[in-house]
Amino acid sequence: MKKEIYITDYNCITPLGLDVSSNWNNLVKGNSGVALHKVIENQEAFYASVIDTEKLDREFRNKFGNQDFTRLEKMFLLSLKPLVEKHPITEETAFILSTTKGNISLLKNQTGLPEGVYLSNLAQKIADYFGFKTKPIVVSNACVSGVMAIAVAKSMILSGKYKDAFVIAGDEVSEFVISGFNSFQAIGTGPCKPYDKNRNGINIGEAAAAMYITSGPCEERSDEAISKNENVKFKVLGDSAVNDANHISGPSRTGDGLFASIKSAMAEAHIIPEQIDFISAHGTATLYNDEMEAIAFNRMELQNAPLNSMKGYYGHCLGASGLLESIISMESARHEMLIPSKNFEEEGISQPLNIIKENQPAKIKYILKTASGFGGCNAAVVLEKC
Amino acid sequence: MRRLFWKNVKLKVMKKTDSCTIEHSKITVNDALIFDSQSETFHDFAKEAYKKLEISYPKFHKMDNLSKLAFLAAEMILKDEDHSRTAVVFANRSSSLDTDFKYQESINSQENYFPSPAVFVYTLPNICVGEISIKHKMQTENAFFVLDEFDENFLNDYAEQILLSGKAEKVLCGWTELYQDNYKAFVYLLTL
Repeated sequence: MKKEIYITDYNCITPLGLDVSSNWNNLVKGNSGVALHKVIENQEAFYASVIDTEKLDREFRNKFGNQDFTRLEKMFLLSLKPLVEKHPITEETAFILSTTKGNISLLKNQTGLPEGVYLSNLAQKIADYFGFKTKPIVVSNACVSGVMAIAVAKSMILSGKYKDAFVIAGDEVSEFVISGFNSFQAIGTGPCKPYDKNRNGINIGEAAAAMYITSGPCEERSDEAISKNENVKFKVLGDSAVNDANHISGPSRTGDGLFASIKSAMAEAHIIPEQIDFISAHGTATLYNDEMEAIAFNRMELQNAPLNSMKGYYGHCLGASGLLESIISMESARHEMLIPSKNFEEEGISQPLNIIKENQPAKIKYILKTASGFGGCNAAVVLEKC
Repeated sequence: MRRLFWKNVKLKVMKKTDSCTIEHSKITVNDALIFDSQSETFHDFAKEAYKKLEISYPKFHKMDNLSKLAFLAAEMILKDEDHSRTAVVFANRSSSLDTDFKYQESINSQENYFPSPAVFVYTLPNICVGEISIKHKMQTENAFFVLDEFDENFLNDYAEQILLSGKAEKVLCGWTELYQDNYKAFVYLLTL
C-alpha cells in the first residue's frame, strides 16, 4: 500500500487576521486586505495587502516577548506556534519553508550580504526557535513555491526519510518586489480584478501560512466532531509542477505547463475533471496570466468547476500565496461554502470559466489548487476532504 | 507485494549516467577535463567557454551569471538528445542573491532609481531552470531548493520520488551555486 499523506492542521497570518477563523470570517463578509499603501519613498502609493505592523508587533510581544526578529520572521513564528504546540517535533519531522524573497528588505543600502538574507539562515533561525531536529528544506520556486511545498512534504514522507512535516510559507511586501513588478508594468492601478474584463494588473500582498502534514494515524474523531467539520483532515492525492519551457517572464499562450501540471496531478490522484468540486486558481489579474489559466482549464475540461482567485482579498503573496490559498480552500470545504472571486464583474478571458460570484453553500470533496510563476513554472495539487 | 518489493530493490540502484562539474574556471564532464581557462571572473570564463565549446544560443548573453552557470553545466549533459521526459531539480546556497544585490543597487538611491525588468526577472533562483527548460523544450517537472550546503542525498531522494511516480524518466539534478566570482556547479543525470 502506498502511504497516504494528510494535512491535519494549519494556520495563517494575514491582513485579514492572525488566525484561520478570523480570516474566514472576514472572507465570508467580503472584506479585503488590499488598500493604498506608501511602500516606496517619494513615489505614489500602490494598492497592496499589508499586515498592520503595530498589530503584528503587539501579537508577537504577547506570544514571544521582546525578542529580536525581522518582521517576516515574526510572521513565520506566529503562524507556526499553534501547530508546534499541538504536534510533537521528532527526529523524523521535516521542516519545509517556502518563500521567494525571504528577508530581502535587509539588503537595502548594504555593501555586502547580511547573514539574514540567506534563505537557509532564515529557515535555520525559525527551526532553532522551535527545536526542529532535521535540516530545514527551503523551496524557492517563484510564485508556485507555496503549492510546491505541499508536494515536497508529500515526497519526503513517501521517501520514508520523514514521518511528518511542518510546512511554512511567507513573503512580505517590500520595495524590492513592488519596484520590480512596477518596472514590468504589472501592478494594477486599483484593487486587482482577476479574470475581469477591466483587470489591469496585480496587487502585491504579504502573509505567512503554516501547515502540518503527516502519514501517521490521525487522532480519533468523535462522530459529532466529524459532522460539525470541527477537525481538519485532507488527503494530498496528487501533485505536479511542470514548466512551460516557453518564456522566463511571460505566461505561456497555450497554457501547456499548467495544463500538464493539472493533468499529471489528477492522474496521480485518480480523479477525473467532473469530480473536481472547486478550483482555487492563481488569478493574478494580469492580462496574460488569467488568459493562460482560462486556456489551460478549458483544455482540461474544467471550465464548469466553480473557481475563484483569492488575490482580490490578499493580493499576490508570492511564495506564501499557494499555501495560504490552499488553506482557505480547505476552510471552504470545511464550512461547505464557496466564496466569490472578489472584484470579478464581467468575464474578460477568451474561454469561459465558472467564476464564483457570491457566497454559495456547496459540498466540496475534491479541491484543485493551482499556481503559476516566473521562470515558466506551474504547480497543481489535488486535495480530498476526508 | 512482490512487485512492491522489486520496486524497492530497484530504487536502490538509481543510476547516475553523466555528470558535469564547473569550478575554478574549469569544466569537467564525467571526470574528463573538457575546458580550462585563465579567466579570473565568472563573466569572462562563461564567455570564453561559450565560444570554445561552440554553443550557439544568443539568449545565453542575456542571462544572469547564475543562469549562465546552470545553463553551461546542463548543456554538457543534455546535449542534443530528447529530454521531453527529463525533470530538473536544482539547489544552491545563495539563491539569486548575486542578481538580487545588483537589482537592489538600482533602487538604493532615490536620485538614481532605475529598476530594470530585465534584471528583476533574474531575482529568482528558479529562472535558471526555466532557461534550461526553454533551450531543451523540457515541459517537465521542475523544482529549486535553497540549502545551506550541497545535500546530494536530499536531492536524490526528491528525484527518486519523481522517477518512482512515473512523472519523469530521468532527472537532471544538481548544485548550482554562484555569488559574484565564487561559483560551483555539480550537475548530474539520474535514472532508475
